[in-house]
Amino acid sequence: MIKDYQTVTEIAGPLMLVSGVSGVKYQELVEIYLPSGEIRQGQVLEVDEDRALVQVFQGTAGIDIPQSKIRFLSKGITIPLSKEILGRVFDGLGRPRDGGPAIIPDLWQDINGAPINPYAREYPDEFIQTGISAIDGLNTLVRGQKLPIFSGSGLPHNRVAAQVVRQAKVLGKEETFAVVFGAMGITFEEAEFFQKDFSTSGALARTVLFLNLADEPAIERIATPRAALTAAEYLAYECGMHVLVVLTDMTNYCEALREISAARKEIPGRRGYPGYLYTDLASNYERCGRIKDKNGSITLMPILTMPEDDKTHPIPDLTGYITEGQIILSRSLQRKKVSPPIDVLPSLSRLKDKGIGKGKTREDHSDLFNQLFAGYARGKEAEELQVILGEAALSEMDRLYLKFANEFEQKYVSQGEYEDRSIQQTLDLGWELLQLFPRVELKRVRDEYLEKYWTKQGQGKSKIEPIENKTTEEKTE
Amino acid sequence: MKETKGTIVKVSGPLVVANGMAGSKMYDVVRVGDQKLIGEVIRLEGDLASIQVYEETGGIGPGDPVYPTFEPLSVELGPGLIQAIYDGIQRPLNIIREQVGDYITRGIDIPGLDRKKRWHFKPEKKAGDKVKLGSVIGSVPETELVTQKIMVPPGISGEIVEIKEGDFTVTEPIARIKTDDEEKEIYMMQRWPVRRARPYQAKLPVSQPLPTGQRVIDTFFPIAKGGTACVPGPFGSGKTVIQHQFAKWSDADIIIFIGCGERGNEMTDVLLEFPKLTDPKSGQPLMKRTVLIANTSNMPVAAREASVYTGITIAEYFRDMGFSVALQADSTSRWAEAMREISGRLEEMPGEEGYPAYLSARIAEFYERAGSVRTLGDSDKTGSLSVIGSISPPGGDLSDAVVQATLRVVKVFWSLEDKLAFARHFPAISWLNSYSLYTDTVKDFFAEKVAKDFFDQAKAAMLLLEKEAELEEIIRLVGKDSLSPSDRLILEVARSIREDFLHQNAFHEIDTYTSLSKQSAMLDLILYFYEKAKDTMEKGADITDIEKLAVLERIARMKYIPENELEKIKKIKGEIDSELSKLTQTEEVK
Ligand SMILES: Nc1ncnc2c1ncn2[C@@H]1O[C@H](COP(=O)(O)OP(=O)(O)OP(=O)(O)O)[C@@H](O)[C@H]1O
Ligand SMILES: [Mg+2]
Repeated sequence: MIKDYQTVTEIAGPLMLVSGVSGVKYQELVEIYLPSGEIRQGQVLEVDEDRALVQVFQGTAGIDIPQSKIRFLSKGITIPLSKEILGRVFDGLGRPRDGGPAIIPDLWQDINGAPINPYAREYPDEFIQTGISAIDGLNTLVRGQKLPIFSGSGLPHNRVAAQVVRQAKVLGKEETFAVVFGAMGITFEEAEFFQKDFSTSGALARTVLFLNLADEPAIERIATPRAALTAAEYLAYECGMHVLVVLTDMTNYCEALREISAARKEIPGRRGYPGYLYTDLASNYERCGRIKDKNGSITLMPILTMPEDDKTHPIPDLTGYITEGQIILSRSLQRKKVSPPIDVLPSLSRLKDKGIGKGKTREDHSDLFNQLFAGYARGKEAEELQVILGEAALSEMDRLYLKFANEFEQKYVSQGEYEDRSIQQTLDLGWELLQLFPRVELKRVRDEYLEKYWTKQGQGKSKIEPIENKTTEEKTE
Repeated sequence: MKETKGTIVKVSGPLVVANGMAGSKMYDVVRVGDQKLIGEVIRLEGDLASIQVYEETGGIGPGDPVYPTFEPLSVELGPGLIQAIYDGIQRPLNIIREQVGDYITRGIDIPGLDRKKRWHFKPEKKAGDKVKLGSVIGSVPETELVTQKIMVPPGISGEIVEIKEGDFTVTEPIARIKTDDEEKEIYMMQRWPVRRARPYQAKLPVSQPLPTGQRVIDTFFPIAKGGTACVPGPFGSGKTVIQHQFAKWSDADIIIFIGCGERGNEMTDVLLEFPKLTDPKSGQPLMKRTVLIANTSNMPVAAREASVYTGITIAEYFRDMGFSVALQADSTSRWAEAMREISGRLEEMPGEEGYPAYLSARIAEFYERAGSVRTLGDSDKTGSLSVIGSISPPGGDLSDAVVQATLRVVKVFWSLEDKLAFARHFPAISWLNSYSLYTDTVKDFFAEKVAKDFFDQAKAAMLLLEKEAELEEIIRLVGKDSLSPSDRLILEVARSIREDFLHQNAFHEIDTYTSLSKQSAMLDLILYFYEKAKDTMEKGADITDIEKLAVLERIARMKYIPENELEKIKKIKGEIDSELSKLTQTEEVK
């Protein structure tokens, strides 16, 4: 039943109140016909007796109270899906923006999706080789995982994401995979970068893009990740493909939510973001995963820029509480020319434990990363101490750890943007760096692996040498 | 009563307001819309009822019907609970998947207990026996680990007229009881409203420890059977792993694990892993003592609010049988946020951080349902219910309203520090900030069952750690060189306590669980080393040589010694002696 009204009674920010309605349902799709002929889309946020509160995706500027016609469509927001979406570019609401033909749908799907039954989930445990040591070796990504990149403005998160898209593979398997890319409020230039990169690497034909650019309607961004994930679910579970979803920039998405919340005069949570931000983000992020008896999978890599590089800002904070780890980029590593500037200490992949080890990567992987982490952490502590007290304050052992930390950053974390390291290379590199230490320091590795991997590389280089090349931040600048 | 029906006037997210609801009571269950979504009345004003709906409300609108049930939100209790996985309102997720597929659709109505399955009921009472509320009339072996007691449900007491052994479904009568005015049939299943604590005869002081196999917890910050604990920490600091470790290795008879607004994969993890792990006591799969409640973050927020009550009611039911039950709620912050969301939609006056003013009251009520009790019925059973809640404060900030409200009621505080987690020191429980108010309670038990001096060892080790923190301060100011050799030894030993004892890898097949005797042996060895090294230094040995001893590596590896080879830990003492004595010998030769 389609219902038309001309009874807009109030407009506030992106919201519009329509009165005298009947039979309107919560979350119903709305079309707004302006006198100019323009048609906008909206969605019912609340219905109270005969008043419907509507959020307008393209904003309310120019909406005319007496003359605009409001049509309630008796359905939620749906997008058309078929395999033809591959290679296509849509706007933030899922309408073609590449000049191509309309999609002839296999099915129409509501973009809100439904919660996956936790009992239907398959645990993600297949190692994805990204070719980036800081990820594969220390923060291993697995298929079906949600692993965000926490970045800051000006840091190369787009390049890291593009490198992952280019290089990601599951070893020993030939499978169909696809990329779904959802952009919320990124610049034209950034969007161009991704499109070009996908096209050079040949990924474009297997990619679906949903683009909402910086100068496009902000409220539409609320729909964009949902549309992207709906497409991903279709490709993964209806077409059996392995889908990598990149969503950028979640910070813009959250700001759109905040705008709606403020317009509704809701009691704000921290920094003005709505109290339900956690639940809202989770309803997006949790759509990723694997399902029992289904071939496909959805791996999710949301990107967000942390305001003021602050990890405790509500957006990264709540994201971290939902995702299965995080990759954090650091400005100080960027300054040291470490590329990609992945700060491995606060970064974490929580699903790594089930994705690594014998038969997946290598038996020694787990012990090795524990040792590398411990060593790097202690080296960074020594570095701090050195900054405060000077080098003289460091013990011999501290100096050794400091040296290790520097080598670790320069050789292990840092690698070329087009360097695709195999997991064997990454692991061996780790053992090589551990040659620096005497055996008693390697407590996190069990004996048999020490014998097998560490001794093999010809231990004994563990003499403590004076550090010549102090890489403090000032020096490298 | 004639069929009544209300009409929706407002829909705002999970909150629906309906009129024509006179006759409904607070917390009554209602069915909303033509799809009969499940909801609960949470406010009444005249004939207007505000209803929180446990399913998504998209597509619902004014004019749609609301059907009252006049029953409070309740759970079904009886055989079939163990090994189940439920959503927040006790709908079995495995059956939901069988019936509607991989996604949870709306309007699903499946009872909590299987109506078809037959269980073998064995009477423990006979005709003519007098029974009352809580009396055990028989039992049902449910799994190899759990034999359920069948208890007389509320409202019934009198004389057994008939009771039969045999295979029954949960809704077939197993006995008849003659009360004052009539004869009542008894079934294996009973119902209980989730928001009301189940009754008991008396609360008892807690006295027994609840060992967890986690060294930092058992040795330094133990929890007691019937006790309460909280684990606050920023994301990724290890709350869920601690809760899982607890569910796996704690010495409880029954585990109720509530995934409250957290990740779907974490529930899958439990479902996959628990059947494979075996209980150290019985050798049976751990799943056979476990009930899971999974209302993950993407499932409806109102059902998340209900999930902790569903879980704790099931827990109390097992407590009433005389079991020691441990309940984990991961994470109570998500429960509090669900309360906040509903409260905001009700336009209630907000308290701190937008949480409703009744937040601390609800939290206190919840933890108050824990405890050690003398149960109802005619035999003097005691049962206990321990509750461990994780808390996810924004930015890890402990001044958060949920943390503060919880700390006012719980007795154990395991404080997780992100600094430790970054350094991969797990469990990232801060040894300086955490506390347990049960240390004295369990002291005697440890002295008797583990080692006479266990408590003193723990105290000595803690002193060294505290001393280490002081020394670290000094180092930060003036550097390590200013330390005396004996201070350097303290640093070395404290490091060993941290790395070789407190650090425990949950994913290592041996390290994941440590018995109390092994904990005691490990601590004893480290302290033995300390004493001996001190002596040796007094005899003139140099601290730098001590720091390089090969036996330190042996100490570091003692955590990997299997439980059945514990004598190997003691043997390291011999190596300590011989290596240390070599140091003074060379001194003398010089
Ligand atoms: N005892 C442990 N042994 C080894 N690794 C651990 C241990 N505890 C935590 N970890 C590591 O830390 C990661 C994060 O732990 P966990 O998932 O428990 O964090 P959390 O505090 O529950 O985070 P969130 O609040 O986001 O749910 C784990 O995936 C694991 O890699
Ligand atoms: Mg957790």
